[in-house]
Amino acid sequence: MGDNMAWCTAKRGQVWFIFTALLLLLIFSGPVAESVGAEPLAAFNGQSGMLRISGGTAHIPVLKEVAGLVMQAHPGIQIALSGGGSGAGIKQVGEGLVDIGNSGRKPTDNEIKKYGLVLNCWAYDGVVIVVHPDNPVKALSRAQLQDIFRGRLTNWQQVGGADKAIAVFTRDEGSGTRKVFSKKALMEKEITNKSLVVASNGAMKAAVSHNPGAIGYVSLGYLDESVAPVALDGVEPSLANVQNGEYTVVRGLYSNTRGEARGLSKSFIDFLFSPAGREIISRNGLIPASR
Amino acid sequence: MRPEAQVSRILFLAATVVGVLLTLAILWFMVRLGLPLFSTHSLRLLLTQDWAPDRGLYGIFPFICGSGAVVSLSLLLAFPLSLGNAVLIHLLAPRHLARILYQMVKMMTGVPTVIYGFVGIFLLVPLVREWFSRGSGMSVLSAGILLALLIAPTMILVFLESFAAVSTSHLRALEALGGTRRQKLVHVILPGARRGIITGFLLASGRAVGDTMIALMVAGNAVATPESILDPVRTLTAHIALVMAADFDSMEFKTIFACGITLYLWTAILTLSLRFLHFKATKTSMQVGHEQSF
Repeated sequence: MGDNMAWCTAKRGQVWFIFTALLLLLIFSGPVAESVGAEPLAAFNGQSGMLRISGGTAHIPVLKEVAGLVMQAHPGIQIALSGGGSGAGIKQVGEGLVDIGNSGRKPTDNEIKKYGLVLNCWAYDGVVIVVHPDNPVKALSRAQLQDIFRGRLTNWQQVGGADKAIAVFTRDEGSGTRKVFSKKALMEKEITNKSLVVASNGAMKAAVSHNPGAIGYVSLGYLDESVAPVALDGVEPSLANVQNGEYTVVRGLYSNTRGEARGLSKSFIDFLFSPAGREIISRNGLIPASR
Repeated sequence: MRPEAQVSRILFLAATVVGVLLTLAILWFMVRLGLPLFSTHSLRLLLTQDWAPDRGLYGIFPFICGSGAVVSLSLLLAFPLSLGNAVLIHLLAPRHLARILYQMVKMMTGVPTVIYGFVGIFLLVPLVREWFSRGSGMSVLSAGILLALLIAPTMILVFLESFAAVSTSHLRALEALGGTRRQKLVHVILPGARRGIITGFLLASGRAVGDTMIALMVAGNAVATPESILDPVRTLTAHIALVMAADFDSMEFKTIFACGITLYLWTAILTLSLRFLHFKATKTSMQVGHEQSF
């Protein structure tokens, strides 16, 4: 039948597109951080192979930088880093699909027991309320925030902003960021069923930065000029305020392994606790944790 | 029968049997894994309730509506567009223009849906938001438009094929009688290609039902049942993608199987009707062939 031809072309077209996309990715992905010197990476000496990491998206900026450094210094080591959300990270490491599963929340006792997880909390992260940079509203009380997310306040005018409808953005059911935000900022109050749902920290930033009426929340590590942070009950969500405990919407970032980490996984996690690792963590807007 | 023929016969038979069994196994697997859900929540409740996990409601009704709304809108937009396009390429456009259009349509079938989603977020969503100055732009409308763009090439190619298969003797006869191009289209090509047009429509709707990326990226994924085409919606496929990351043992995760079964039956019914039409079409054309040979 002639339509076999059409499908064949479709496949070829797809391959071509993927190829171009990859090429663009290579061109625009930019230089991988400045090198740290060989010494902190000495633990990786003599190791080679594949390290698979997935899960929470708040971890990604830091881990991407570390992975770049390691792979640059040790061409024999391949590190595959992907997102998927905290739930996916826990599930995948538990089932042995990846070596390290990241989560932006503490795995539940049930999960720890079921999979025999070992938790490594290497950073503290604030969950920050964000709006479009043009939005004049830069502070909200907890009550106002809860009413916005419950859908009781629907216009920015009601909280001292412009006459514009509020678009509430939230994260998917498996998100650690959502769990922490819902528990510590909304005090478990419900989120309106009209809210828009995005699947990662990056997608949240993209959505909020392109919608003048949007409100959402991201990991502190993702904060940049494309979105504006909102003070909660008068407290700015700054690194300093997270560190001194003034800002309370805070969670640990975990990299979990099934059983004690060994080999590449161990060296990788150890690096996150080393001085060089801690430096990368603070440069990315997170607070390094000690073992 | 020669031994080689015997061997290939057995191989092909085995491939068919495995293919059929796999398809059935998928259904069995989904029903099996979804069983805990069906034992605590009746199927009727699942299909009619709202989605509100904090209140113990795990209904997928809003998502069925979501899929229905997005798919219907995209078909409504894509069908006339594709039919017009196919007629233009087949009959009206000058030869070289038709060639260029045809190549472009073929190329469009290869664009991955994530590209459409990406373009949608940055171009279409802000436009929709400003045109209607209501909602966030992430809506049934945005997803419907993009999905129409995704499925149109499939429809156009199938339409063109069925146009090309229209009996030449009929066309010659019409030309001999001095028929115009309009008469050719309305009285010979469109009636002759009727089954092909239906096939293209069904194939494209199957593709629209199954697509995940576009809805996930631009439809907004809200769990409320949509009331207007400017409301955000979550489709069945987007729901699966979003809940996939939830805890394995949670009720949220188990609803994936209800969504899967709904989608499975939806596409199965589509495919079966497609096959049925094909069957009828070949039967009638064979009869016509017999009549001619006598």
